[in-house]
Amino acid sequence: MLELSINGQTRQVDAEGDTPLLWVLRDNLGMTGTKYGCGIAQCGACTVLVDGTATRACVTPAESVVGAKVVTIEAVERDPVGAKVVEAWVSRQVAQCGYCQSGQVMAATALLQQTPKPTDEDIAGAMTNLCRCGTYNAIAAAVRQAATA
Amino acid sequence: MDGMINPGTEDFLGTPLSDVTIPEAGVANLSRRGLFGVGAGALLLGVMVKARPARAQGEGLAAAAPRPGTQVAAFLEFHPDGKVRLLSPFVEGGQGIATAMAQIVGEELDVDPAQFIVDCAPPGADYLVVNGRRLTGGSLSVRSSYATMRQLGATARNLIVRAAAARLDVPEAELTTEPGKVVHKASSRTVPYAELVEAALKLQPSEVAALRDPATFRWIGKPVPRIDIRDKSTGRAQYAIDLQVENMLQGAVTHAPRLGQEPGALANEAEVRAMPGVHSVHKLPGAVAVLADRWWRARKAVEALQVTWADAPNPNALPADFSSAGMLATLRAEKGAGAPAEENGDLAAAFAGAAKTIEAEYDAPYIAHAQLEPPSAAARFNVDGTLDLWVPNQAPEMFQATAARMAGLEPGKVKVHSPILGGFFGRHFLYEAAAPYPQAIALAKAVNRPVKVLWTREEEFLRDGYRPMGFVRFKGAVGADGMPVALQAAAIGEGPIGRYFTQSQPVDSSMVEGIAGKPYAIAAKRVDCVKVKQPTIISFWRSVGHSMNDFFYESFLDELATAGGKDPFEMRLAMLGDKPRQATLLREVAALSGGWKRGPFEVDGIRRARGVAMASPFGSEVATIAEVSITGGEIRVHDLWIAIDPGRAVNPAIIEAQVQSAAAIGLSSSLLEEITYDAGVPQQRNYDTYPILPLARMPRIHVKVVESGAALGGVGEPGVPGVPPAVANAVAALTGQRIRSLPLSKARLGSS
Ligand code: FES
Ligand code: FES
Repeated sequence: MLELSINGQTRQVDAEGDTPLLWVLRDNLGMTGTKYGCGIAQCGACTVLVDGTATRACVTPAESVVGAKVVTIEAVERDPVGAKVVEAWVSRQVAQCGYCQSGQVMAATALLQQTPKPTDEDIAGAMTNLCRCGTYNAIAAAVRQAATA
Repeated sequence: MDGMINPGTEDFLGTPLSDVTIPEAGVANLSRRGLFGVGAGALLLGVMVKARPARAQGEGLAAAAPRPGTQVAAFLEFHPDGKVRLLSPFVEGGQGIATAMAQIVGEELDVDPAQFIVDCAPPGADYLVVNGRRLTGGSLSVRSSYATMRQLGATARNLIVRAAAARLDVPEAELTTEPGKVVHKASSRTVPYAELVEAALKLQPSEVAALRDPATFRWIGKPVPRIDIRDKSTGRAQYAIDLQVENMLQGAVTHAPRLGQEPGALANEAEVRAMPGVHSVHKLPGAVAVLADRWWRARKAVEALQVTWADAPNPNALPADFSSAGMLATLRAEKGAGAPAEENGDLAAAFAGAAKTIEAEYDAPYIAHAQLEPPSAAARFNVDGTLDLWVPNQAPEMFQATAARMAGLEPGKVKVHSPILGGFFGRHFLYEAAAPYPQAIALAKAVNRPVKVLWTREEEFLRDGYRPMGFVRFKGAVGADGMPVALQAAAIGEGPIGRYFTQSQPVDSSMVEGIAGKPYAIAAKRVDCVKVKQPTIISFWRSVGHSMNDFFYESFLDELATAGGKDPFEMRLAMLGDKPRQATLLREVAALSGGWKRGPFEVDGIRRARGVAMASPFGSEVATIAEVSITGGEIRVHDLWIAIDPGRAVNPAIIEAQVQSAAAIGLSSSLLEEITYDAGVPQQRNYDTYPILPLARMPRIHVKVVESGAALGGVGEPGVPGVPPAVANAVAALTGQRIRSLPLSKARLGSS
């Protein structure tokens, strides 16, 4: 049994300690907003916040976040910065297939929590999640919009 | 198109079924195979499902089969809260089709698109609205169904108004509608649609319910917000990978490294069975599978399994020495003439009289779809003898027929559920040997429990059907005035239309589209299709043949411009004298970019240059200009200007987003993407070795939608094909170096 703090709640999870956090979220807890894309920290679809830092959950063993605060897309709107990011994503009509967008929203939230007024270089440096639908220009515009909201 | 003998993918997919010959061989092949008796390389896209005259057998009224798209009850559900659920013929995968359907139906029905819930309809004759068939692809959805879906909305509104007339006991003519309700102005009464639907559906539908005057459109033609955006921004959107079926087991698979091998001995099966959560271990055709209570446990177990892979007597197996380099050498060595796809004028005379003749060979590699959602499928056999199948797909009826054959059921017993897609780009047609749904069906049957199979990204790259390798040989000539007078091209290889649909025809349209049928005036031209089989699984990939052929052709056209001492933009314009639609578009893209200038020129001390290209994909016309520089040997694309003429625009915002998206994937493919085979095994297995375009390399993209009023063209794919040649032409303008092989990143570029 692992005891994890997910979105402010304590959750008991029956999983091997080396199970990636991603699969604990999706399979044990049924929280499917966090996506699987590559499993090797390349695409960012699985991005969650661990103690406020954007973290790729597919390569993060669940046992390594015992005692840390995990925030997922399901709770992102409860964070004031996260809520602004979601509104910017809606108003900029960012998503196409949408599959990468949970991770993009989480990465943007982490960026703006740490750097409220990012430069274009900051955005390019932090927003490294892949989007096969090519929504990158809308993503950058939405991040800029959220920064001024 | 003058002298155009063979149509492209576009025309093929847009053809009524009765006009398409399904090769005997293909059909026989299908029926001969038992469950999983799938030849490894022989995955068929499937036989197009005919619009069955399902209800046409009776007499009198019953003899008249309802035409697809006319049965209101099959499409629309009215909820008490004012929401309207539309069962759409099309699957949403990012292209915005759910919103477009809501706009079109809502406009005539008089319901705000924002009130719509749109789901992909189950298999059924009512939904065969793509020329009597059904698929989401070929950028066909809106243009094939626009009139039908408008009429559907109008028919539904007419029924509701008539029901209101009876209910309020007033003449129909005194009634109007406002979004979601019927209004009787004289008595200030209103009735919500939802309260009228039951009575409305008992009335005889009018075949000729009046359509709205387009001048009064509120939603069609407007940048209506997408209806799925909030769910997709908050993790609430549900994809196939997210589905949970009660009591299901989760499956992970490992495929044979080389296509056609079969699993032999499993050295440590007992230990693997004893791993946490493991339910069972299975051999499948060309693969092994582990079922477990959780997917990660299944994955760990299947990856721990020690499998001996054995060569099997499989005619479609990849040869052990197969390599992409060898395949390219084979294509290059093929000097046969092939069959003409386009022919015009006296080629021999034109070459004989030319001032200068040039020749060149171009090639493009295998590339993967790399859609971000890895494929999965869930299957459940029910006690009533039916099968539920949840599967990412672009053609529900085809999957129903195929799943039924695999499960040994009547097609009517298979319920296909089509969740939204985490990207598709041509990935989710049948490709039986390249998808997990056959495995889910076999495993669910074997264990008599619901099973969901999810492929890892590595298995997806291993077994994806790739875009075929492309190879074209050109010869062209310019006259004394420097203008092209002759062009000869041979497309050598294989395309998905030829493999899956038109084996017996000499020309494979997907091999020549983007080379044959170009709009430029050239006195003598000939395009040949030279078929050389490729032993790999090949597939449709966003914009199909156009995705590489326009690169080949438009690059070679620039070579001809150089040979004739012409500016490539001015030369194209001069060659479009009798093509006002394309000439207009070329001028539009130049204007969008601030006026044509080729360069090189300097910006902030760095040299840049521009390239131009045109394409005519999927009924639309596209003109593209790219601006590039080179830093440290790496191509940097700063701006893309794209003018697209889809005839008319149903939703300009979605068109612009689709063109951005298409340009990104087009740029990604031109700069970065390549699958190579060595010893029969693809070498790229994840995004680390198969990089796709990241945000940091995304250029500014400027889109202009031009509405010429021509017949509706596609919008999902047409943005792709202009990008690779525009970039390559810009690189040539900057460096003098002509790159004839994709991806461009392979070329060694001197910093200029
Ligand atoms: S799934 Fe974690 S980075 Fe791709
Ligand atoms: S929106 Fe489809 S992958 Fe990003």
